[in-house]
Amino acid sequence: MMLPIISVKNFSKSFGNIKAVADLNLDVEKGELFGLIGPDGAGKTTTIRTLVTLIPPDSGQLFVNNLDVSKHLREIRSITGYMPQRFSLYPDLSVNQNLNFFANLFEVPKKEIPERKKRLFQFSNLEPFSKRLAGRLSGGMKQKLALSCTLIHNPLVLILDEPTTGVDPVSRNEFWIILKELKSEGVTILVSTPYMDEALKCDRIAIMHEGSILAQGKPDALTGRIENNIYKLTGIDLINHIDSIAKMPDIISVQSFGNSLHLTFPKNIPVEKIIEDIKQILKQNFILKQTEPSIEDLFIALVEGKNHNGK
Amino acid sequence: MKLRRIINFIIKEYTHIFRDRVSLIIIILMPMIMIILYGYAITFDMKNITFAAIDDSKTLQSRELIRSFTGNKFFVPKFMDIKRSEIDQLFKERKIQMVIVIPKDFSESLATSRTTKVQLLVDASDSNVATFINNYSNRVMQIYNEKINIGTPGIINIEPRIFFNPDLKSANFFVPGLVAFILLLISALLTSIAITREKETGTLEQILVSPVYPVEIVIGKVLPYISLGFFNGTIIVLFAKFLFKVPINGSIILMSAFALLYIFVAMSFGLMISASVQTQRTAMFTVIMSTVLPTIMLSGFIFPIVSMPLPLRIISKLIPATYFLIIIRGIMLKGTGVMVLWKQAAALSAIGLFMISIAIKRFKMTLEQ
Repeated sequence: MMLPIISVKNFSKSFGNIKAVADLNLDVEKGELFGLIGPDGAGKTTTIRTLVTLIPPDSGQLFVNNLDVSKHLREIRSITGYMPQRFSLYPDLSVNQNLNFFANLFEVPKKEIPERKKRLFQFSNLEPFSKRLAGRLSGGMKQKLALSCTLIHNPLVLILDEPTTGVDPVSRNEFWIILKELKSEGVTILVSTPYMDEALKCDRIAIMHEGSILAQGKPDALTGRIENNIYKLTGIDLINHIDSIAKMPDIISVQSFGNSLHLTFPKNIPVEKIIEDIKQILKQNFILKQTEPSIEDLFIALVEGKNHNGK
Repeated sequence: MKLRRIINFIIKEYTHIFRDRVSLIIIILMPMIMIILYGYAITFDMKNITFAAIDDSKTLQSRELIRSFTGNKFFVPKFMDIKRSEIDQLFKERKIQMVIVIPKDFSESLATSRTTKVQLLVDASDSNVATFINNYSNRVMQIYNEKINIGTPGIINIEPRIFFNPDLKSANFFVPGLVAFILLLISALLTSIAITREKETGTLEQILVSPVYPVEIVIGKVLPYISLGFFNGTIIVLFAKFLFKVPINGSIILMSAFALLYIFVAMSFGLMISASVQTQRTAMFTVIMSTVLPTIMLSGFIFPIVSMPLPLRIISKLIPATYFLIIIRGIMLKGTGVMVLWKQAAALSAIGLFMISIAIKRFKMTLEQ
């Protein structure tokens, strides 16, 4: 039977009394850029560490390229590239020495090493720094070197745990461009991130919360599923009125996005009524426009829906 | 097991060692400083024992007796004819360590009776020192006795011939022990830190998701540090030979081979510790706690094992230094060969293999769950 390249079935894992992941199902197809989206503590890292054979599952089955994670550790390790949340390079080794170390660790054929390094330097632009010690690189460069070390053995599957956490916005953007390039070369990528905006850059996503998946699919298809109206409110000094706006009778939720607020309310409430209510609170001019729901809106809607059902 | 991956680890480990100049200098200088400090500080040889004499006899003979205590490097006369009531105070002020009291009838007694008594008061607040003072004084008395009793029949004279350390130099006893002590401490510390450092920085997780085998990590980590440990050992032995004039009577090749075995045991110990703890600090603390005291107190480094109570004798059998001390003292001082020392070598090998298999097993658990 041919499984998707990553296949997780009914996976559960607890640490003591804390249930980290409960009954999780996940499929990643070959060549996909798949995002695991969720806040800290959602169970992303636990799922990833189990997939790369670092921790055993309590129950359920996990397959990478048709190989069972609890049986074929070594085979899985040689076809996956894994970049942990805190990827650690050897700070006292140079860029070149780090790459060589990982190339030899994964037994890249000796003849191919120079060529592969050249290719990796093409996207990372680290060639001019090849003699610099890894500890002296900037944050973004460290991240790229870490990715290069993960890629040196041409993995079939690339698994990245929050690669952009703590990286500056410019480097984050660059990093995603590199991931897109890798995807176009046929590498399957599973990436976790707490940044909801990065979800839109993935082919498919799974939204995780408290150890289970709330929804999975294409990002735009998922946001289209939102049943409520989402309106964007812009005006002056809105932050000071968040609480009073949230207390308005028909409002489900209020989220601040920069200088504006996203208001969620049921479809059956006319916008005019909302405008009237806002006028009561805000004494100055404001703009209220319908907006495309973001992943963050989706996440909030899903969490509230879940909590609502729970009650 | 792949040679390529092992060589990969060895190259990386050497790069770490040579890049960190400060640590390298500390690693090389520390044993030198230790051996100089310990070599000069730890000594049982007593010199300059200060004493007072109370001569109630005031005769030719009594003065001659007191003179026989002076004029050597062991005794230094400080006070003559002090009052008996002052003795206590002088002891308390540490101005003297010994008092000789010669009774009034000393000369008459020498001439008439068979035995004559001379009183010796010793400050025994340090019992070791007191024993030495007592022994030295007895020897001085004996020499004096022989001098005044020439030709007297019936006196047995012991003519000692001391083997292996004819001058009874403390250095000959201590320095080989120091070699054992320093090699153990340095080797165990180095390896335990080398592994826990990777745990702390998180690089171990990177290695764990590669197809590497535990034994490859262990060999790749241990070999570079064995060379470093051996280099240290050579320095210490050179210091021992040229600074403290400790002889090396046996085969240097045999000694090197045993030293390598001993370093291997020490590193296995370091590995075992680092496989069980998470931070460099805990590793260092555990290694120091579990090597320094047992090695100094229970290995025969200072105190002879035969005179220990049974439980401590059993514990001493588990300490690697116990065996290496017999080996290194045997080779350096007695020129003992492998035919005598194979038992100790076997014991060391057994301890080493036991510890390294625990270390590999513990790594396997983290590697393969």
